[in-house]
Amino acid sequence: MIVDTSTLSCPLPIMDHDTVQLAHGSGGSLSASLIEKLFLPRFDNAMLNQLEDQAVMELPACRLAFSTDSFVVDPIFFPGGDIGDLAINGTANDVCMSGAVPLYVSAAFIIEEGFAMESLHRILLSMEQAGKQAGVTVVTGDTKVVNKGSCDKIFITTTGLGSVPDGVMISAGGIQPGDKIILSGTIADHGMAVMTSRENLSFQTRIQSDTAALNGLVEKMIKTTTEIHAMRDPTRGGLATTLNEFASTSNVGIKLIEGNIPISPDVKGACEILGIDPLNVANEGKLVAAVPPDKVDAVLDAMRKHPLGRQAAIIGEAVTDHKGMVAGETLLGVSRIVDMPVGEQLPRIC
Amino acid sequence: MKYLDEYRDPTLAVKILEEIKNHVTQPWVIMEICGGQTHAIVRNGIDQVLQGKIELVHGPGCPVCVTPLETIDRAIDIAGRPEVIFCSFGDMLRVPGSAKDLFMVKSEGGDVRIVYSPLEAVRLARENPDREVVFFAVGFETTAPGNAMAVMQADKEGLNNFSEIVSHVLVPPAMKALLSSPDNRVQGYLAAGHVCSIMGYKEYEPIARQYKVPIVPTGFEPVDILEGLLMVVKQLEEDRHQVENQYVRVVRREGNKAARDIIQKVFKVTDRKWRGIGLLPASGLGICETYAAFDAEKKFSVDAIHVTEPDNCISGLVLQGLKKPVDCPAFGRECKPEHPLGATMVSSEGACAAYHKYHRN
Repeated sequence: MIVDTSTLSCPLPIMDHDTVQLAHGSGGSLSASLIEKLFLPRFDNAMLNQLEDQAVMELPACRLAFSTDSFVVDPIFFPGGDIGDLAINGTANDVCMSGAVPLYVSAAFIIEEGFAMESLHRILLSMEQAGKQAGVTVVTGDTKVVNKGSCDKIFITTTGLGSVPDGVMISAGGIQPGDKIILSGTIADHGMAVMTSRENLSFQTRIQSDTAALNGLVEKMIKTTTEIHAMRDPTRGGLATTLNEFASTSNVGIKLIEGNIPISPDVKGACEILGIDPLNVANEGKLVAAVPPDKVDAVLDAMRKHPLGRQAAIIGEAVTDHKGMVAGETLLGVSRIVDMPVGEQLPRIC
Repeated sequence: MKYLDEYRDPTLAVKILEEIKNHVTQPWVIMEICGGQTHAIVRNGIDQVLQGKIELVHGPGCPVCVTPLETIDRAIDIAGRPEVIFCSFGDMLRVPGSAKDLFMVKSEGGDVRIVYSPLEAVRLARENPDREVVFFAVGFETTAPGNAMAVMQADKEGLNNFSEIVSHVLVPPAMKALLSSPDNRVQGYLAAGHVCSIMGYKEYEPIARQYKVPIVPTGFEPVDILEGLLMVVKQLEEDRHQVENQYVRVVRREGNKAARDIIQKVFKVTDRKWRGIGLLPASGLGICETYAAFDAEKKFSVDAIHVTEPDNCISGLVLQGLKKPVDCPAFGRECKPEHPLGATMVSSEGACAAYHKYHRN
């Protein structure tokens, strides 16, 4: 879901300062004013509004999924999203990859002194929208302001809590030989959207980040069958990293059918120009799942009916050969290793 | 995608492969010059499907790999200075110097930036008049026109805070050195398509004649490479030794005149040390006297550099096509992409990195 927060009609509340000051994080009256004017209206809910040091909640008797993630993306605003919706969607996705329904989120902000109040407001608006979309409530939070240069603009840490439905047991170690590997849609959109807007490239693209909360899609999949053996969202390190994690944790081989992996022509073109393998590029609104062969058609069918799973495809299979490794097939029919990337993706020289 | 899918077409690839197999009457040794071609060969398993028919040996055409250690140590020294914004193509940052790499300089507080074009470094010089912007100009003939253009642009704008560490290398002298070596086994060449897009292929014609080797400027997609190999094989089988162009959609015999003119204006041919190979006369480009003010090595005096190469790295032999990466006892053990001993394990164009990525076992 793409929300262009810059055009939303909710204006920046009248603040005493155009930029965030150290005093806004000091716990005094300026802190209170910032929370009251900027944060509370966005995350408006009974638990948060009490302004206690903690949120106290009733939880259903169930197993809980609990996850935390920090967001330091640069640039903070990128085509298709920003650090705000990324922080909500990223944690909602980490929680729901266990099959859980994400419920509550905490959000901690570290803000660099001098950060534009307007930008902070834009980020909070986008978190509000993303929270509504994902059905999660921000129930507690924290704001710190650090000296100029001590952090890069703004860092956000979110922690999420969700309830795992009865009978659902999903883990990267649960893959059986014969399982089909399903991918929910096109790869490398987020990483290339960020990269092509970060580096001052002399070419322009229309690539948009795929940032989205996947819990709605996961819910549809689980309604079809609880027999989903493994599920993960291929974020940093891309699809290749997730598949390698699957292979090593479950001690199976994974045979990849590269031709079945959906990728948009723009992303493919940008990757070719920069010499980057799209299999190693981050996604923020995609999932990979391992499903037993007798359930795969029903799961695919359910996924394709959801907006975030329209291009879902079978991209491989778990096998007993080459345990712990992912192998692709070249156009000449030769098997090749599909490895994890070593470090940061570096564009090549020529 | 146009210009990609048709050159990755499995049916066409298999058809050309069969044609190669039908033509080969004895095992030939063919070298692909460019690291980009090595990568495509190993990624697509072209070396494996031709086993017993053609032995592919991998050439020195990885700019990151052949940049001499002294130059990298000098770059590391300059990059660490507080007044310097050091700009480089991404691949160079992981190349090990004697003691550290440019990533370590960055983590120690050096202002090291990855750029995608040398003109980006010129822009930084314009925007940061109180800083010294240094661009690490490495590469073969392919990247030379852009790097020369950056110098001309800086000169035009009077940006005296811009300079380049130039370590350009030229393909033909390296080919001649390899062919003159008593250890040479190479019987035919795939020349580097993008180098030829700049330089053309006239300069390869005397080499083909003198050393009696077919030379085929070739592209980088699997169908290109298979077609290039077929053209070399046909010549070898017919005992012909000519330059034939496979990469017709990009390469002209005379090359790109405007690009060559820019190179000639800014750079001069110099002797150059190649990492792992040694000093080759007239095998590199350096900044000419007219633009000496933009030569970072003249601008920043660097104390005497004492280089130390790891003694268990055979990258020099790999770069000369005398050994395969898997012949190295350190390959995949002490030497991996996450802690490389030599530059051939670093760059995406390096033969060791390609082997490690695609057929480790």
